[in-house]
Amino acid sequence: MPVVSMTVNGKAVSADVDIRTLLVQYLRESLRLTGTHVGCDTSQCGACVIHLDGKAVKSCTTLAVQCEGSNVLTIEGLAAPDGPLHPMQEAFRENHGLQCGFCTPGMVMAAVDMVNRKGNELDEHTIRQELDGNLCRCTGYHNIVKSIAAGAKAMKGSSQAA
Amino acid sequence: MYAFKYHQPKTVRQAANLLAKFPEAKVLAGGHSLIPVMKLRLASPSDIVDINKVEGLSGVEVKGRSVVIGAMTRHFEVAGSQTLKDVLPALAGVPGSIGDPHVRHRGTIGGSVANNDPNADYPAACLGLGATIITNKRRIASDDFFTGMFSTALAPDEIIVKISFPVAKKAAYQKFKHPASGFALVGVFVSKRGPDIRVAVTGAGSNGVFRVTSFEEALKKRFSPKSIEGMTVTAEGLNTDIHASAEYRAHLIGVLARRALAAA
Repeated sequence: MPVVSMTVNGKAVSADVDIRTLLVQYLRESLRLTGTHVGCDTSQCGACVIHLDGKAVKSCTTLAVQCEGSNVLTIEGLAAPDGPLHPMQEAFRENHGLQCGFCTPGMVMAAVDMVNRKGNELDEHTIRQELDGNLCRCTGYHNIVKSIAAGAKAMKGSSQAA
Repeated sequence: MYAFKYHQPKTVRQAANLLAKFPEAKVLAGGHSLIPVMKLRLASPSDIVDINKVEGLSGVEVKGRSVVIGAMTRHFEVAGSQTLKDVLPALAGVPGSIGDPHVRHRGTIGGSVANNDPNADYPAACLGLGATIITNKRRIASDDFFTGMFSTALAPDEIIVKISFPVAKKAAYQKFKHPASGFALVGVFVSKRGPDIRVAVTGAGSNGVFRVTSFEEALKKRFSPKSIEGMTVTAEGLNTDIHASAEYRAHLIGVLARRALAAA
């Protein structure tokens, strides 16, 4: 089995994996970073969204071996382990942007990517459009949209912006 | 998914040699059609030839009266290309409606065209603009390239390198988006470049993308929605599935063609 090495949340990692291992399996099963979720496993729900070389992608639709040498950021890497939450995480907490929480890691990673691409002032229409690739079965999205608008503003000037 | 051997060539030539050597191999571009079908075990290639590390397959540039887009250019990059928005905005608007932001970060124009999914958007843009598909071996006119559902004129060891789109004076794409998948239930791309008038339809035909010659003839007099007012296409040869009947798709072709002509 090949050794696949990459940088995950700022740390160099490597693991022996079967060539058909998906990035999400590599993260969850080899590295035990279980914050990234598998919802649908058919590239639709977005629970598995991580940042690959700075861009939000679905880690269930990418082979780990393709990410050799890449830089990966997961939900675990957004904030320091003992530090305060990332402003987007804090905004989800503050606005109660979740119910069961299963989709939340993907939502937060998609939201940070949205800010990276579209800036800190996001209107409701833009947020709803851009959330096309993230499904939530509980909230009706209202509080998620509010959380993202607030988190986007809070990321302005924050040193934690991913 | 079933096991496979993985190859990561650095050049198009190496990639083509691998494809020639392994007849059951598949090219991996953005992976957003191939990996899902492999996960479902609907595809089980013996070898994966990953062309993501091949240099020089990405980018959008204007060459004379054409826009040339590298096969590995991601949907996100095509949609965001200012060059393309300036010279051929109708084409720049196509990838923004594919999938979702995360899919657009990975999916590529070459992958979409080579896959020729009967509901995909780029095949309509290629046929609707009269694009030329440039491979490692030859140049193929889009009229000859799309040969049926999920089928193209590509030889087993042939790889799309870039696609050249002539800059049409007037062009537009209108799509009736399936609300869940974002795929085109029906999509119509129209263009006019001198005497060359094209109306290409995706999502509807049981053999994939096709041209509506009756509309094209009628538009020769005047490139306007009025020229095809009241005209219909036959439902024969169109798809019926759980989402829409052939008759409904036939109706949508007329509606979307008129909308596209109004927008062009």
